Amino acid sequence: MSALASLTRETTTAAGGRPPAKRRKRHLASYLLLGLIALVFLVPAYWMVLAAIKPNDEIYQWPFTPWPSEPTTENFSAALAAAPFDQFFMNSLLVTTVGATVKVALAALTAYAFAFLPFPGKKWLFLGVLGALMVPGHVTLLLNYSTISNLGLINTYAGIILPGLGSAFGTFLLRQHFMGLPKEVLEAAELDGAGHLRKLWSFVLPMSKPAVITVALIAVIDEWNDFIWPLLVTNTLDMRTMPIGLMFLKQSEGLDDWGMIMAATLMIVLPMLLLFLFAQKYIINGMAGAAVRR
Amino acid sequence: MTVLETERTAPTAGATKDLHTESPIAAPAEPQSRNHRKYLLFALFAFPNLLLIAVFAYWPILGNLLLSLTDWDMISPFPNFIGLENYTALFTDPGFVDVMRRTLTWVVAVVGASLVCGLGMALLFNGGARGTKAVSTLAFTPHVISGAAVAAVWLFVFDPNYGLSRLLFNAIGMDSPHWTTDPDMALSALIIVAVWKGAGFVAIVYLAALQSIPRDVIEAAQLDGAGRWKTFSKIVWPLLTPTTFFLCVTQIIGAFQAFDLIAMMTSGGPAGSTTTLSWYIYEQGFQEFNIGSAAASSVFMFIILLVVTAVQMRFAERKVHYS
Repeated sequence: MSALASLTRETTTAAGGRPPAKRRKRHLASYLLLGLIALVFLVPAYWMVLAAIKPNDEIYQWPFTPWPSEPTTENFSAALAAAPFDQFFMNSLLVTTVGATVKVALAALTAYAFAFLPFPGKKWLFLGVLGALMVPGHVTLLLNYSTISNLGLINTYAGIILPGLGSAFGTFLLRQHFMGLPKEVLEAAELDGAGHLRKLWSFVLPMSKPAVITVALIAVIDEWNDFIWPLLVTNTLDMRTMPIGLMFLKQSEGLDDWGMIMAATLMIVLPMLLLFLFAQKYIINGMAGAAVRR
Repeated sequence: MTVLETERTAPTAGATKDLHTESPIAAPAEPQSRNHRKYLLFALFAFPNLLLIAVFAYWPILGNLLLSLTDWDMISPFPNFIGLENYTALFTDPGFVDVMRRTLTWVVAVVGASLVCGLGMALLFNGGARGTKAVSTLAFTPHVISGAAVAAVWLFVFDPNYGLSRLLFNAIGMDSPHWTTDPDMALSALIIVAVWKGAGFVAIVYLAALQSIPRDVIEAAQLDGAGRWKTFSKIVWPLLTPTTFFLCVTQIIGAFQAFDLIAMMTSGGPAGSTTTLSWYIYEQGFQEFNIGSAAASSVFMFIILLVVTAVQMRFAERKVHYS
């Protein structure tokens, strides 16, 4: 923030020598551009919401009307009638909660082990974790399908969740953070006779709250939005997650009921949108910060 | 490195020797058994995760290599070894050459446009005009939204009969193109959506990098009489190089694996015009059940992305602590 402010100040001092009219023109230009960018992102969102609450005949009525004569929920009931979106929602909720929780727990335990416990060849094991960051998910699909199928887990919740549980990114991020913690606190905890689990739970995790929240939020978002794996590993309607359900709806109903499809889309988008609204600081800083700090 | 190191070295350190004189025999034995307990604890804490990583990230790489040398169809109990046939078949198939050419177009267009749009937005956001925070958050939002949902919205936007596209094209007296059903338009349509979804993330990363440039560096340049363009091209852009490099690599990796947009909007069509390598692997593996061919294509994708990552690691300075 301070750097941002400083750069602004820098432009104003630089522009100080120029006639104020020119400066005002530049300000106007940047406001116009900001407005334009906002439109680029808002208009498609508006287009979705509008169709979701418009009576069906108005969607297909031309000339186009920018506001529904009477907002309606009929598209949502139509989507629920055409496909079990309540079931999809529960599936997504379950897979996301269980998957993200276990993933974060495993990442925290592994990060703690790598940061504070000895093990022969630990350095190589950690390189192994880092190496997994370089394995593109798409090339693991065939073999993971065959593994999950050999385990008899096709079309089960365990089958959807299991391959995503291993956490290389979370382990890496948390370990970096754990190693930066003040040693005195941990030493004091040790002197008090705290075991390692207690040290992790009562000292290390609370002191690493932002990092843990970031890892958890990214896990939740990934899990909720995951597409290709749940598509491959489930094969009955009652096991599908929200995004797959949306594709099913599009395939089975065709593209001639936009109101219904946009209502279903809104149901998928809303939970993550709310999450983003409340936790944007952690999500943006986490996702972009991890990128810059490396 | 922390508590452990001091603990392990304490009995041997000269200064602490006097403190331990009461039990000279127990002192060397105790850390030994304690260490074993710690090894066990390490295993309990880390091995579940490490096992998952081994099974679901490393085994697939090896397994792909093996499967790519067979003609397995997912049904027959044992795959036949056929050597490099899958690879020679791929590289002599003009269809696959087309897939690769299309993949390259897709990756270059998506990554290039995302970086240009992202940097442009970041420079604007860095100006700090009122409302910047809200707009930058807005631009970031598609990054956290399901690709399937984004694809559905854009399918509707692109609908030539009832979509936003008709409205806009009618306004300038034209008919909307058939974005997703015209083989000449479909890839461009997908590129637009991918850039819309990803540019906000690029912008935020660039913005963070811009804000970390020390203010006096830019002031010094300005004192020397450098104008806006010169300050950018001679000072800011070179300082952004590591960020640009990092973004290039992560965006390339992402674009190669793009799937949900394609699956939802075009299913690789029309007439194969949006079949990129990622869709091709899916099609070969899970629709045609040519497992060997899908595995060979997966190995090919893995090698390409490995090279891309290796190039990044070679040139980007690494700040990871390894021990």
